[in-house]
Formats: sequence, structure tokens, C-alpha cells
Amino acid sequence: MTGGRTIFALSTGAGRAAIAIMRLSGPECGSILDRLCKGGRPAPRHASLRDLQASELLDRALVLWFPAPRSYTGEDCAELHLHAGPAVVDAVADALVQLGAVPAEAGEFTRRAYAHGRIDLLEAEGIADLIEAETQAQRRQALRQSGGDLSALYDRWAARLRQALAQQEALIDFPDEDLPTEVEAALLREMGALGSDMRVHLRDGEAGERLRSGLVFAIVGSPNVGKSSLLNRLAQRDAAIVSATAGTTRDALEIRCVLGEVPVTLVDTAGLRSTEDLVEAEGVRRARLHAAQADLVLHVIEAGQAGLGRDDRTLVICNKIDQRPAGEGVLGVSALTGDGLPALRNALAERALQLTKGSAGVPLTRARHRAAILEAASHISGAQDATWAELRGEELRLAMRALGRLTGAVHVEDLLDSIFGQFCIGK
Amino acid sequence: MSAASIGKFDVIVVGGGHAGCEAAAAAARMGARTLLLTHRLDTIGAMSCNPAIGGIGKGHLVREVDALDGLMGRAADAAGIHFKLLNRSKGPAVQGPRAQADRSLYRDAIQSLLAETENLVIETGQVDDLRFDAPDCLSGVRCADGLEFGAACVVLTAGTFLRGIVHFGLSASPAGRIGEAPAARLGARLEALALPMGRLKTGTPPRLARNSIDWATLAEDAGDLEPEPFSALTASITNRQVACGITTTTAATHLIITDNLALSAVYGGALAGRGPRYCPSIEDKVVRFKDRLSHQIFLEPEALPGNPGCDLVYPNGISTSLPLSIQRRFVATIPGLERARIVQAGYAVEYDYVDPRALLPTLELKKIKGLFLAGQINGTTGYEEAAAQGIVAGINAARRAGGKDAITIDRGAGYIGVMIDDLTTQGVSEPYRMFTSRAEYRLSLRADNADLRLTGLGMKLGCVAARRSSLFVAAERAVSEAMLRALSDSYDARSLRAAGFSPPADGRRKSLLGLLSGPAVTEEQMQRIAPWFIDLPDRVRRHVETEARYSGYLSRQSREIKQLAMDMAMTLPPDLDYERIGGLSSEMRERLGVARPASFSAAQRVPGVTPSALVALLGHLQQEHRAGASCG
Repeated sequence: MTGGRTIFALSTGAGRAAIAIMRLSGPECGSILDRLCKGGRPAPRHASLRDLQASELLDRALVLWFPAPRSYTGEDCAELHLHAGPAVVDAVADALVQLGAVPAEAGEFTRRAYAHGRIDLLEAEGIADLIEAETQAQRRQALRQSGGDLSALYDRWAARLRQALAQQEALIDFPDEDLPTEVEAALLREMGALGSDMRVHLRDGEAGERLRSGLVFAIVGSPNVGKSSLLNRLAQRDAAIVSATAGTTRDALEIRCVLGEVPVTLVDTAGLRSTEDLVEAEGVRRARLHAAQADLVLHVIEAGQAGLGRDDRTLVICNKIDQRPAGEGVLGVSALTGDGLPALRNALAERALQLTKGSAGVPLTRARHRAAILEAASHISGAQDATWAELRGEELRLAMRALGRLTGAVHVEDLLDSIFGQFCIGK
Repeated sequence: MSAASIGKFDVIVVGGGHAGCEAAAAAARMGARTLLLTHRLDTIGAMSCNPAIGGIGKGHLVREVDALDGLMGRAADAAGIHFKLLNRSKGPAVQGPRAQADRSLYRDAIQSLLAETENLVIETGQVDDLRFDAPDCLSGVRCADGLEFGAACVVLTAGTFLRGIVHFGLSASPAGRIGEAPAARLGARLEALALPMGRLKTGTPPRLARNSIDWATLAEDAGDLEPEPFSALTASITNRQVACGITTTTAATHLIITDNLALSAVYGGALAGRGPRYCPSIEDKVVRFKDRLSHQIFLEPEALPGNPGCDLVYPNGISTSLPLSIQRRFVATIPGLERARIVQAGYAVEYDYVDPRALLPTLELKKIKGLFLAGQINGTTGYEEAAAQGIVAGINAARRAGGKDAITIDRGAGYIGVMIDDLTTQGVSEPYRMFTSRAEYRLSLRADNADLRLTGLGMKLGCVAARRSSLFVAAERAVSEAMLRALSDSYDARSLRAAGFSPPADGRRKSLLGLLSGPAVTEEQMQRIAPWFIDLPDRVRRHVETEARYSGYLSRQSREIKQLAMDMAMTLPPDLDYERIGGLSSEMRERLGVARPASFSAAQRVPGVTPSALVALLGHLQQEHRAGASCG
């Protein structure tokens, strides 16, 4: 018995950590490992270091291979222990999709494990009520966070979608019934409107999601320009090893702080220069990755140096104003004396607020909401493109089902998936 | 045993309507000694309401009945005088074959199919009681004249005859179909068995004299030029085809109806049973859709010229329970019907049905072993729905009589499965009719692949005769060989370009199936790339094209169907004590206890059942399984 597709998911949390574990399950696991890992799949159940490669080197990771049936799900499974960091994780996820794996649906690992008799769902009586209490409470709580607006919005969408689906079904099942001729055109218009409402919401939603998961500011600059000292000043502690030797920070170092009431992770990166030192070179590569993924790049220079790319994602900061004054229009600080730091803090807080403020409407607060709406919106556009009525109907049903995960008005099957997805039952 | 008892059968089928005929024929095909008991031999296989078979959803059911070697498709092909494949402009999954039939040809076709069925005895008899050897041990039936017949299994297909009441306006009289006696005593017997019963209603329009209609002024609705048969056994349709007329109600019609609502059985309050929302009487239409200025009416001939009943026309769309005098008045306001003569008045029928949640998904009553119910008695409407239940009940009655386990058809395998699952898990609140929107696996359950889905199963069960078996084996082989070839034949960029396709962006080879799933392939392109495909028989070619067009969706559905099969395999014992399951709220205990779902899959579809209840149920099943395993 097999679940058919090979699925993957990040099984470690979304917070900051040194390592992120990507888990795979399904019949293609072995062949995916062979193609992804330089040196092929490791020996079963042996932790092995492997270079993960797509078009370029993605990461050097600890790889584990669990052939069926002795695995968590009872299918072929694999684990990739990656260096945490959104860029690495995203790149590996992209590579897995390229290799034919699909992101797991909520609870799919647990579901497969259950299907293969690898886990018992329940050991104790009464756990069910508890689960439901949690499910419902969390759902309500999540929706209440936004004062019920979100819930009302999704309910309205669900009602619109239900109506559109009902119209489509009527066109299919009752072609002889003399239906008003404008039904189909109205239906198509409504799908266009609903899809666009969802996309606008998704765009606004990025702000809400950033607020929930926090922002990432990357500190970049030439070696020894004082990035780590600045980080210590901002974080008000000696987190980074600071020395006068150029190239001390070889890997990214992260510190969480609060700026303008927004959680921000400051990432201190290795100095950007070409280097012979392999480890440092890797650090430089990661620094570039971090910069590419960050919500804001703090480019630290010394007076006289030019600041790179003055786009709205980059803030140029001139350090060491205790030695020479900063140039015109550039924020000047001294990490050594603390001069200019309050102004820098204010500037960063302002940017943090800007980045987390949605343009209008109700913010999306949870990635789960986002995923469901994204899926619903994509099925709605699938419905718009559908050539046959029954395929449009199918897309609308799938959209309804996706949205149903939020509104609660769902098929029992989806509710089960939702339960397994939100709670680690049987782990 | 009673002295009056004659004959001993394996299966007795009570009722000669569409459910009864299919049940009797299926049981006999299975090899069971079968007796069909009916009031009147001459009404066996009669179309009591509209003279048409099939439609969207309903046509799917007919094809499925045919796939199990049933009668309906063959009879409709023999009797059809106006064929139309509905939804031709949409995709194959929602296209439904429909045919208007000549009533007498249809009845004759059914009767001759039954006559040539081995193991089947047909007798006249008004069954008015069931016979038990011991309480809960069914042993046969008893007729009004005192005769008794013994059998291990009985299929009851009493239709609308259970305490049927016919309403003409405000006057009501007990009856089944016009001119036939109601099965009132049998209704009382079922009540004595304490089965959950309810009341439903249905209606018919007045029948019009053909020569009193002004056809020249009416729009004509012609059938398909090339009628497509229902049955895999029918090579082509040989009947002459006739057209229907189309007309509409007018403001004057609506005014007369509105003014006389109080005289309608439905609106006058004489009728308590619930009617369907989707097939409303003309009174309902006028009241509920006030903004509609007119409603469409199809004037369907009931027979070919020269055949019995050829002077009758069925005006589809004006079912009514108003008094005859009012029917005359409003009919006269309809264009083309100004001088139409009503030969038989429209009427409403009210009847008892058994809450189908009292049935197992095999159509056997949970409470009484060996007693099967099929057709309108289970709260459905329509010939096709009745026939589809009949064939399942017949198969299962024969299996149970032979000491075997009954079978079920799951929702992923057929509309038959969807219907029986809906009935037995959800119950009905109005007469149940099939729509394609009821089927979550709609793209997989097509009218065009019913044989591929079900005939193999039928052969395994033994309800498919040799002729169909050999046709099917050949057809299935042709389809699967073509599918395999379309999957494995692939073309590189160069040959694709040469054949007039735009070369694939990724430079990879493309299979024929892949090509067919994209933009339409022209005959010319096909000639260059895969000439063999053009030479395929129509049906095989269309199958491959359909599978290609739906491919992305079908693979998703087949994954879901696998999950469904897993959940179906987790059966729940019919006597499961829900009180003993921890973690179930009292409300859930009650809901599940009433519904008594037969599997974990069915439990998921019991209305109002919460996820937590399902988790508790799963947990309980696992504990039982472990306990069973350790004992074994």
C-alpha cells in the first residue's frame, strides 16, 4: 500500500534554529536522494554528510535514508538535516519539487503512518474531546485575533463560492431546464471578482504574516567595517565575537530583538570579500543568501566607502563616525561610542512598522490561512481557465474544499486532515 | 409449514415495476430459483409516469444497470423513439443519454427479456403479508388469496403502493397507480415490524389527446440524428424516431393557477407528504418563481403512430393536483393546447416509504435478515433509481440465499454506490433523484465507462451472461491496449515539429497521452504522428481522449478513491454498542446509534458527526482490532 506521491515537509518549527529537518516519504524517496545527493543515497539508517546539489550546491547536510517498511510512515522515508535559514530551506524545497516530490498536505505524514499501521492514534479514552476542544478553540482563537473580521470575511467568501458552485452545478445537471441565459456570464464574472479579492487579501496578508513570524534584517558590509560591533550595540549584549582581525565572523549569526514593537531577527553576516579560506568562503556565500532573503539589508560602510544599491530594501549605515564624519544623507553611527545609535534605532523601528503594516483591510495572520486561500484562489483561476463545465465545477469544488478548511463548513474528510495537521497525534 | 404453501424458491421478488424486474432478473441470472409476484402480469415493466428513460445522472445509472447485465438499457433501446445525448457541449463525464420510449414497446421488451430468463417464475398474486418461521426469521410471503410461497430471501418493491392515496384536487381515493389497488395491508405489516416510515408525494401531468394539439404552431424538438444506444449489447437503434413539441405556459395560465390554489391537493392542505424540490408541480412553480413569466413544456408522444397509446401525449412540465375542471381551463391558455383534450387528469400520489437508514448498504433490512427493499419504497423517485436498487437487491438476495456475503458498490465505483450510500447514511427528506453533483468522483464515474467500472465485478459475481461477458472482455482489451500504447508511444522534439506540433519547451519526449491532454490535436497532426490512433474504433479512441483530458483530475480522484476503499474496509458491526465507546458525546452516540453506519467511511458521512467522534470511533476500532488479534 502506498500513498502514491512522494511528499516532503519541514518537520522542525519555523523559529530561528541552527538546523532544519526536511522529511520525505513516498516511493520516490530513494531516487530523489540519488539525484539530490552527491554520492547518492547513504546506507540505510546511517547518518551521512552529503552535498545537496541542484543547479548549484544548495547545502552540505546530514542525510538519513529509511527504506520501507522500517520508517516513520512505513513507506520509504528520508531526512535532510539542513543548515537552518529560509534561503537554504527554500532552495532545497524547490529542488525537491523539481525532482517530483510535492509538499505534504497538513497531517499527511501522520495519516500515512496510520494507514500503514505504524502508529496508534489513540491510547487513552477521552482524548477525542480534548482534540476537538483544541481544534475549535484554536480555530476560533486564531480568527478572534482579528476581532472576528477575518472569520466574517472568509464566511462571506465561502458563501459566494458556494453560490458560484451551485450555479455551475445547475448548469451541468439541468441543461434542459430553461435556466436564465445570463447565469454562466454572471458566474464567470463572480469568479473573477472573488479571485481578485483573494489575491488582494494575500498581498496585504504578507504584512500580517511578517508580524507573526518576525522580520529579518541582514547586516552586510566589507570585512572589519564593524558589523558585529553594531549588532552588539543594537542587541545590547556581546553576542558576536568581535575582533580586529578581518573575517572573524565566518557564518551568519542571528539575534532576535524588538524594534518598534515588531520582532526582528538581526543577522550578522561574514564580511563580503573574496577569500581563499574555504570555511569563510561558505560564510560569504551564506551572507549573500541572507541578504537576498532579508526584509531589510543594513549595509554598513566606513566613511568614504560607497553604499551599494540604494533601493528601498537597503539602508546604508556609516560606522566609525568617531574617526571620520559620515557622508551627506547617510545615517552615521559609532558602534564604539554609541553616537548616532538612538537615531539608527528609530530609523529601524520605522522601517519595521512600515513592513508590517498592511495596505488596507484585514491582515492574514497565519500561514495556514494563507495556504488555504492561496489554494482556493489557484483553483478559482483554474476554474476560469477550464474548458469544460465539469472541470470548472471540479475546480470550484476544490476551491470550496480549500476554503472550507478555514470556515469550518467542510467535508468530514478534510476535517480529519485538519485535525491530523494541527496536532501531533501519535508522534 | 402451511398446507397452502406452494413451491420453494431461493428468492421471491414482490412487485413488477422497474426495481422488481431488475431484482428478479438479476437474482435469476445469479442462478437463484426466483419467483416474481405481481398484481397483474400485463403491467410488468410499465412506465407509470413520464415515457422517458435516462438523463443526466439517471442515464449514468442506466448504463451501470446495463453493465451488470440488467434489462433497462436493452429495453430502452428497443423502445426508444427520441434519443438525445444531453450536455453534448460539455465534457463526457456529465453527458447523459436519454430517450423517450414507446410505452408498449418498452413494456413488451421487458416482458420478453424476463420470459427468456432462466430460473425465473412469474406469478400473479397480491402479496399482503410476510411469513416468518420464527420472529426475525423470514421464510416467505403470503398472498391475499391465502396462497403462501417460501423463500430464504424476499425483495420488496412496493413502489408507491404502500397506503397510496391519489389526489384529484381535493378528492382523494386510496390507490396505487391509476386503476390498481394499493398495498395497504402490507403497509400495516411493515408498520407492525416497527420500521421507521415516512410519507412522500409525487405528481403527474394530465395526458392529452395527440390529435387535439395544434402541432403546426409549435416549435419542434428533434432527437439526435444518430441515436446512441444505452446498452453495450445494442448495435444500433432501429425504431423510427419522432420529434417532440415545445410550448410554454402564459400569464393567463399562471393567473388561473394562482386563483385556484385553494383547490389544489398540495396547497389546499389535503396532502401531507413531502414532494421533491426539483420536480415541482406547476402550482409550485407559479408560487415559488413569481418573477418567471412562463415555464417550458415538452410535449412528448407516448408511442409511435399505430402503436397502443399513440393517441396520447405527455406534457412534461405541468404536473398538477388541481381539479380536472381547472386543469382544462389552464391547459387551454397554453399556445398550441387551446383545443387540447385531457384524456386523463393529472394527479398527485401520496405514499409511505421506509426510512432507508433502516437498510444496510446491501439493501437488506438491518432488522430482518433476508428481507430486501428496493425502489420507491426507499424514498427514491424515477425508473432508473428504482432499477439500480433492484439490481443490487437481486444480486444480494441471491447471494444471501446461497449462503454468501452480500456485496456493496462503493461511491468510487458507481452512481449506484453513491445513491445507496446516500440513502442508507443520510436518509431522505424528499424523493431522492440522482444528479451528477451528488458524485464526488464525477470525472471518474462516466456513462461512457460504466462497463469498465462494473462489468468485471458483475462477471465475478455471476450476474453477467455469456454474451455480454465475451463482448466486454474484447472491449476492455481494446481499451487497455490503446491506453498502454498512448502512454508508451512517445515522440522527440524533432518528430513533433515535423508533425506540426509546437516543440515542448523542456525538450523532453512527449507521449501521445501527453499530447492529447494539451490543446486539441487535429486529424492531420494525428495522421502524421500516430495514424494507428485514427483507425481505432470510435469508443476506444474517445476513451483515450477523455482519459487524457481529465488526467490530472483523475489521478487525484483515484488517490481519494483508494483512501475511500481503505475507510470502507473498516467495517462497523451492525450491533456496535456506541454507549461503550469512550470519548463520544451523548449527541454523537445518538446520531451514530440511529444511523448505524456500516463502515468507517459511511460514519464520516452521517450528518452532524464531528471529527472528534470519528477519532474516538477510530480509536475504538483499533482497540477492537488489537483485542481480536491477540485472541486470534
